[in-house]
Amino acid sequence: MADNGVNKGRRRLLLGATTVVGAVGAVGVAVPFVASWQPSARARAAGAPVSADVSKLEPGQRMTVEWRGRPVWVVRRTPDMIERTENFDPARLADPDSQEPQQPAYITGPLRSVRPEYSVLIGICTHLGCSPLFRPEPDDVDMTAWPGGYFCPCHGSYFDLSGRVFRNVPAPLNLEVPPYRFDGDAVIVVGEDEEAA
Amino acid sequence: MGNPNRVKAESGIMRWVDDRFPATQMWQDHLSKYYAPKNFNFWYFFGSLALLVLVNQILTGVWLTMSYNPSAEGAFASVEYIMRDVEYGWLIRYLHSTGASAFFVVVYLHMFRALLYGSYKAPRELVWIFGMAIYLLLMAEAFMGYLLPWGQMSYWGAQVIISLFSAIPFVGPDLAQWVRGDYLISGITLNRFFALHVVALPIVILALVVLHLIALHEVGSNNPDGIDIKSKKDETGKPLDGIPFHPYYTVKDVFGVAVFLFVFAAVVFYFPEGGGYFLERPNFEPANPMVTPDHIAPVWYFTPFYAILRAITFDLFGLDAKFLGVVFMGGAIAVLFVLPWLDRSPVNSIRYKGWMSKVMLILFAISFIILGVLGALPATPMRTAVAQLCTVLYFAFFLLMPFYTRMEKTKPVPERVTG
Amino acid sequence: MKKQLFALLFALVPFMAMAAPAPDVPYSMTPDLRDQESLQRGMQLYVNYCMGCHTLEHQRFARAAEDFGMPQDLVEENLIFSSSLAFNDQMRIAMDHDDAANWFGSAAPDLTLHGRLRGPDWIYSYLLTFYRDPSRPNGVNNEVFPMVAMPNVLEPLQGVQEKVCAETDRPVEGAELDPLTGKYQSCEVLQVTQPGSMEAEEFQEAVYDLTNFLAYVGEPSKLQAQVLGPKVLIFIFIFGVLAYLLKREYWRDIH
Repeated sequence: MADNGVNKGRRRLLLGATTVVGAVGAVGVAVPFVASWQPSARARAAGAPVSADVSKLEPGQRMTVEWRGRPVWVVRRTPDMIERTENFDPARLADPDSQEPQQPAYITGPLRSVRPEYSVLIGICTHLGCSPLFRPEPDDVDMTAWPGGYFCPCHGSYFDLSGRVFRNVPAPLNLEVPPYRFDGDAVIVVGEDEEAA
Repeated sequence: MGNPNRVKAESGIMRWVDDRFPATQMWQDHLSKYYAPKNFNFWYFFGSLALLVLVNQILTGVWLTMSYNPSAEGAFASVEYIMRDVEYGWLIRYLHSTGASAFFVVVYLHMFRALLYGSYKAPRELVWIFGMAIYLLLMAEAFMGYLLPWGQMSYWGAQVIISLFSAIPFVGPDLAQWVRGDYLISGITLNRFFALHVVALPIVILALVVLHLIALHEVGSNNPDGIDIKSKKDETGKPLDGIPFHPYYTVKDVFGVAVFLFVFAAVVFYFPEGGGYFLERPNFEPANPMVTPDHIAPVWYFTPFYAILRAITFDLFGLDAKFLGVVFMGGAIAVLFVLPWLDRSPVNSIRYKGWMSKVMLILFAISFIILGVLGALPATPMRTAVAQLCTVLYFAFFLLMPFYTRMEKTKPVPERVTG
Repeated sequence: MKKQLFALLFALVPFMAMAAPAPDVPYSMTPDLRDQESLQRGMQLYVNYCMGCHTLEHQRFARAAEDFGMPQDLVEENLIFSSSLAFNDQMRIAMDHDDAANWFGSAAPDLTLHGRLRGPDWIYSYLLTFYRDPSRPNGVNNEVFPMVAMPNVLEPLQGVQEKVCAETDRPVEGAELDPLTGKYQSCEVLQVTQPGSMEAEEFQEAVYDLTNFLAYVGEPSKLQAQVLGPKVLIFIFIFGVLAYLLKREYWRDIH
């Protein structure tokens, strides 16, 4: 049991090597346990792109589809709605040019859409997650020059028909635009990007 | 601060801890100054391996619970969901199912080590009894866990075993119904088994493992020579034949762990069904109360006791065979608890016991294995006769022990441990 | 050391003694999950001939596509026939379970786990040994599944198979071995009497592919296990060598 004759260097080397390999092994063991918290094939299947048939949607109407558990609104805008949105005073909006990353790169301009006629938005208020109400006409809301849009009843946030948030309301950001693409004229695929088609 | 009698670090963060929690003291008591005999052999790997498998079962079990659905409608499908849809779910499940069998492999070898070297004898009776309690609860844990996949074998295995309770006179049928919570095994049974399997029993098993280790470290480890190393100490009070558990046995056990893991991983990756004995084929079909599988066999680690149950085909002392079978099966486990008081030999280790002990131990081991094989096979008159013979040998090993251990001539025990 | 090895062998005895007996079926096959083309052909056969009645409740199209190296559009065009099924869905069928039970007497079982429940040898033999039997209500019987309720859906491929009196290489119960030819005489020999669209060998290959596919469906994770297994084992081996050297180094102290 005496210390004489002990090759300390060799001992330290072996101890270090075993510890390092053992630690790598422990990390390796952790991999399946960590990875198993990723969305499962079932969750991914449920989160797969959703097709919305908009052929029956009348101008001025809204339909709701569910994508990844959240409501997605598709509104077919009338020329009047488009005009009101395009000509609305940007000074009254917090982020009129969509600077914040609340939409895919191909969504630009005041209309925030692939085709002007159709607006696609995720119907969750960016404040605390309520679902805002659809108020499309100028006299729907008691406000001067209301361009039509959405009103969140929970804490009183306002958004225009493109989902752009007003100044001086609790919601900090524009409504999110999901990735989507058109499949022909009558089908919108929510959850798939334009380019991926 | 704290208890002044404790061993404490000189300074630094460990000193701060030691003033509040006996960390250094515990480290020394259980590892760096726990003196274990230096002559541990191959058989002494299985205690630490059992601890490793326990950790594996708890970790993988917790993760399985995250995706498992404990209902009669959803259980089977949720297991396939884990096997297919959850990332690495198949690996986590196979680690758990293979771990269950591995647990019994190492526990049986661990127990056989105790029989070989008399590790149950004074002053280690409580170590043995805590260990037996762990073994008993482990069987309950495994049995309840086996119902959870809700396959045909899960269902009918549980049906048969719970029906055993109904053999008990007077209260039996009511007791069986109470355990099931229904007239047959149903989702209600599944729910309570799930709760016991994942919450209640693991807590008790963990507590017993702590008791088992505290009792062991209080009296010290036995060794293949079965002699007390504490009787020969050097001038500083260290046992002459003892070495600190850490680092000597920790590095040795790490090597044992590597060998074990190699075999274990090979099974997990290449033979997770264990030739039909770890995962039984009928269990790939969802439970169906209308159709019984052709052949119901318990999982391999229960088969020795199942064979004893089936070996009792005759009425005796006015008790019918069915009840008597349950009595014998229960007795086969119960007799293990009193083993420390059956062995009257002046020596501990089989190395120094007489020829009778050796013959009896070999016969016992062989009959236990044969019973295990028979319990997995369908009964025939020939096999039942063999099972009856083995049952006699099983009980003879224990019940005759007070006589043959006292009668036989033992060999002289050396003063110091041999290599 | 010898003693320890002996002890280890001793511990393994019960497993060797209990090695599962081979199932009693006439043919055997070894699945090859790396043969993607065989698996693709098997899946094609499955959706064309089996999926009308048998679900694969837990097998997703997408998973098979990934494992067999098939692009999504190809699968959607050639393997998904029902408009209610999507690429990510499980291979279910439109037929209602209860309806099926009413129409056919018993619902066709889900086959996801049949590869593990029955084993590939059984499935392979089952599919090869249908024969015409006028005594049965549906006109067919099967060697490994007597009184089978399922019709021989592969008959257009295989042709009509019947039991005839002939010579056979396989040992037959009650038939004597002819020492001259080394063959058995029996009236229980299955023979194709009217050819189908496939040659005998071609049909056997098709059934192999189908069985291979079902073996895959039983346990898709086997593919992952085959990839991960060797890496883990090599790693543990290296760790074991280091641990052994470390143990030996420390135990130099002990005399």
